[in-house]
Amino acid sequence: MAFADSWIVVPVFAPLTAALLAFLVRRASFFISLAAACLSLLAVAVLVNRFLVNGPAAYAVGGWDPPLGICLRTDGPALIMLVLTAVAGVGISLYAKGYFTLRIERPSRVGRPERQERFFWPLWMLQLTGLNGLYLSGDIFNLYVTLEVIGVSAAALAALSGKSASLIAALRYLLVSLLGSMSYLLGVVFVYKTYGVLDLGLLQAAAAPAPGVIAAMALMSVGLLLKTAIFPMHFWLPPAHANALAPVSAILSGLVVKGSFFLLFRLWFDIFSPVLPAAAFNLMGSLGAGAIIWGGVQVLRQQRLKLLIAYSTVSQLGYLVIAFPLAFAGGSSQAWSAVMFMASGHACAKIAMFMSAGTIMLHAGHDRIRDLAGIRAYLPVTAFAYAAAGVNLIGLPPSGGFIAKWMLLITALAGHQWLWAVVLLAGSFLATAYVFRVVAQLFVIPPDKPVITRRRAGLLEWPALIMALLSLLLGLMAPYPLRLLEAGQIVRTAMTMGGGP
Amino acid sequence: MTTILYSVTGLLLFVFGLFALIVCPHPLRKILGGNVMSAGIFLFLVAASYRADTGEIDAVPQAMVLTGIVVSVCITAVALVLSTRLQQAADQGARRRRKRRREEDAGE
Repeated sequence: MAFADSWIVVPVFAPLTAALLAFLVRRASFFISLAAACLSLLAVAVLVNRFLVNGPAAYAVGGWDPPLGICLRTDGPALIMLVLTAVAGVGISLYAKGYFTLRIERPSRVGRPERQERFFWPLWMLQLTGLNGLYLSGDIFNLYVTLEVIGVSAAALAALSGKSASLIAALRYLLVSLLGSMSYLLGVVFVYKTYGVLDLGLLQAAAAPAPGVIAAMALMSVGLLLKTAIFPMHFWLPPAHANALAPVSAILSGLVVKGSFFLLFRLWFDIFSPVLPAAAFNLMGSLGAGAIIWGGVQVLRQQRLKLLIAYSTVSQLGYLVIAFPLAFAGGSSQAWSAVMFMASGHACAKIAMFMSAGTIMLHAGHDRIRDLAGIRAYLPVTAFAYAAAGVNLIGLPPSGGFIAKWMLLITALAGHQWLWAVVLLAGSFLATAYVFRVVAQLFVIPPDKPVITRRRAGLLEWPALIMALLSLLLGLMAPYPLRLLEAGQIVRTAMTMGGGP
Repeated sequence: MTTILYSVTGLLLFVFGLFALIVCPHPLRKILGGNVMSAGIFLFLVAASYRADTGEIDAVPQAMVLTGIVVSVCITAVALVLSTRLQQAADQGARRRRKRRREEDAGE
């Protein structure tokens, strides 16, 4: 029994051990990391299985009970994020191997790719530790520590490419993330002063209107919004994501921003929703609307593929926040499922897009959209992966993005919140425009283009395709995440799909 | 009374640090600003560990301060390394530009 319970520590400790080992045993760092990623995936599968049988689990690490000890716990939303992170973890590890191998074969500067790869694996494993820790942590102070682990390793990863632009972006990223976590920590202190507890479950029971709690929520929310890069606090994201190495961009854009968002959503809907005024939810909604529209317009103005994808992250993150007022009106269960589909669909799609962009950059030597015509002639799989991921961003069926946007739209129309509905639709139009702008370039081969023989790059192309297909087919797999959400304590009411697919 | 004094000082330090982090352009000043911010929070936490009703000391905020100090040291270290590397890259770029200009001058 005790042994079976301790599976819950594996998603945190396997990558952590791998991070240390990868530093020590450089030659085997890829295999160590891949093994840890696979082990996390296995552990998460076991956790999901146990969750479906036994319900939510809690485990006090080292036998020390809260408040002084660290408690790990699972519930539906956390497991969905864990599954997403574990699957993406394996995919990104494979892609990164292919990426660095090709870079080492054809270095732009001798020695540099080796150095980058050497530091990539430990940092990536540390990132995975932080993310898994964030999803499993059960108290708001441990969550602060995991946020810092994520922030530091993300900034270090962003700096890996070593170019001046990426160093500037990484330093700014680190400082912004420091500011965000300081603000969050001050909020945690306010919560502790008000209620005297840090544990999420105890807080849920204790949450009652009190003088300090609005200030605490404001501080924590601003900190987390800053880390999630929600408009108008997104300024640091495009340079940091676009100047990083391709596997790093995929990690940052696909996984890292989801971590702080997950915490934000949990605080708002699991814990403090009875305490917060309706105006606060509408304020979040307008930030989301701003992100969708402003981000979408910025995407259209970009001339570089990686910057375009980075700005599209800014725009797509808006959908996650615009869910706040809709979820407030439509009830928490609908909200969790819409947001989970949006977050996981976007994560898979964005990872696939940055992987494809990296492959294209390696082969074409640049990422000027204007000069990318006919890429599909020699990178057909990559071009297809990019287009398939684009389907998710637009929100066409059967992608995860479609289900999420459909749920949000139905809730908006049912609640007569026309403004939000208009913004949701406008966002899809903008996404269509910016996805097709690139897809048209990739697929149309100009007549005067010389025929280039196809290069072999299996590890670069297939992980991207699989991630893209996952985002595309998420809609068909919808019953599984919904079962996880239903089985959880969080979702008490029966699921109503609102006439959805 | 002392608790309030410490709490207010802590919050003031947080605000000063925040101001420096946002307004000062130099990376080192920003990093120091971040440190002042975290010192402010830690002071606030220490003040929060005193329970006025029982007169006892609560151990949890103190554990939080200890953890927070470790985290803050790590972040400061990473930020310092990054800003040093940035400075090196800027110097290197300047040197390369100077060298190129000298070669061009010699070529003419």
